[in-house]
Amino acid sequence: MPKITYIESSGKEHVVEAPVGQTVMEAAVKHAVPGIDADCGGACACATCHVYVDPAWTAKTGEASSMEQSMLDFANDVEENSRLSCQIKITAELDGLTVRLPKSQH
Amino acid sequence: MVSSGEINRVVIIGAGQAGGEAAQRLRQAGYQGDITLIGEEPAPPYQRPPLSKAYLAGDLPMERLLLRPASVYAEEKVALLTPKRAVWIDRANKRVRLEGGREIPYDALVLATGARARKLPIVGADLPGVHLLRTAADVDSMRERFVSGARLTVIGAGYIGLEVAAIGRKLGLEVTVIEMAARPLARVTSPEVAGFFLDEHTSQGVRFMLGAQPALIRGTERVSGVAMVDGGEVPADIIVAGIGVTPETALAQQCGLTVENGVVTDAQCRTSDPHIFAIGDCAARPMAHYGNRVCRLESVHNAVEGAKVVAATLMGGAHTVEAPWFWSDQYDLKLQIAGLFQGYDRVVLRGVMADRAFAVFYYKGEKLIAVDAINRPAEYLGAKMLIQTGRSLAPAEIADTSRPMKELVAAAR
Repeated sequence: MPKITYIESSGKEHVVEAPVGQTVMEAAVKHAVPGIDADCGGACACATCHVYVDPAWTAKTGEASSMEQSMLDFANDVEENSRLSCQIKITAELDGLTVRLPKSQH
Repeated sequence: MVSSGEINRVVIIGAGQAGGEAAQRLRQAGYQGDITLIGEEPAPPYQRPPLSKAYLAGDLPMERLLLRPASVYAEEKVALLTPKRAVWIDRANKRVRLEGGREIPYDALVLATGARARKLPIVGADLPGVHLLRTAADVDSMRERFVSGARLTVIGAGYIGLEVAAIGRKLGLEVTVIEMAARPLARVTSPEVAGFFLDEHTSQGVRFMLGAQPALIRGTERVSGVAMVDGGEVPADIIVAGIGVTPETALAQQCGLTVENGVVTDAQCRTSDPHIFAIGDCAARPMAHYGNRVCRLESVHNAVEGAKVVAATLMGGAHTVEAPWFWSDQYDLKLQIAGLFQGYDRVVLRGVMADRAFAVFYYKGEKLIAVDAINRPAEYLGAKMLIQTGRSLAPAEIADTSRPMKELVAAAR
């Protein structure tokens, strides 16, 4: 299974093995990675699963849809590499992906 | 008053989203005592919103509905008792009795008993082929008949009914929606937004019978149709009723807690007994952003906020609740709702309905109280932020689409 690394804003790392087909948000929630709230369960309705994709991986994770981009506009501390993790589907290609978590989702 | 020092046994009745989140949030907050989570359904806590959407469509397996993997509960020392039914609360001795007689003592009790789907109050409601939609098992039981070419009749044009209609069309069923009110979504949105969804479903091939009342369900071994009060007949292979829910308050009533429309709590989700809390669909609490009006909300937001409040309160802290939010997916339309629209006296449209991307803002006097945003996430999040912080925007400003929502929100007072 692909490995995903989540790095909290404190620097603490969580390495999670996640099946292909899940989202980066689901894998985090299911392994209790703190810092991803994802209250809506992945319906792109709450914007509480904001992550920063490691720059080495942004080409592989692709671009945010216009709906996702509009949601991100209202998140805190948005950067070029900001994504909603519920919109990143895990593929074999993403094995080794690293994402960083913002200080707060609200 | 309960403080964290005395609490070593938390019992949660109800293993839906509110109950599951409460257990998780308690552990996240550092609570190390016992947690017992009692649920009537066999599965660990799972998300209900996808049941009438992706799960019904067959696009999401049960495993992905689970809030967290089943193994987490043992790892975090949460005693998950399913399928088990709590039948009695002994407040004097602080114990919960399960069916079968086992008693579980508590220092703090959380009622997260949810709500049950209302059954059609007419003859034939028990016939095979007549379905309610509340649990994964409800959806599983309709799959065999929920297939291309089948004649589906949806009774009740609320969000669940319309979501089922949309999935029905997607899967190639013939869909009729029967609604007693003169318009769909009558309880939950404005005539403007309801009219948009009516047009959308109609253009997708859904047939509507509005202001129409079913008299009885026809069928011998299984459903064959609906007989209407006005004498009409609607043939059907499968019926799904979405006519609202009744909060599960029997246990609270049995033990003498204050119950009105739901178990009444204060802002800390505490019931009339300081050792008992109530959260989620079964509970009614004062709404911080609406003058502390007591409301019973049926939503993920409400379940999650209740769980956060209880965890914080039991650990001696406090949680600032978010303004209410809600969503519905129908066809390629994402409806996102922030706030509570009840009591509005003015609507302001931002965007053009025909573009299938617009937002309807609800005002009470000068104050913005809610938004229904259709394929307009910025308007939804912007309005949510305004409501959260008690700010407003003049209606003329909101309607001006030449200025982006983010800019408007930044300038709002």
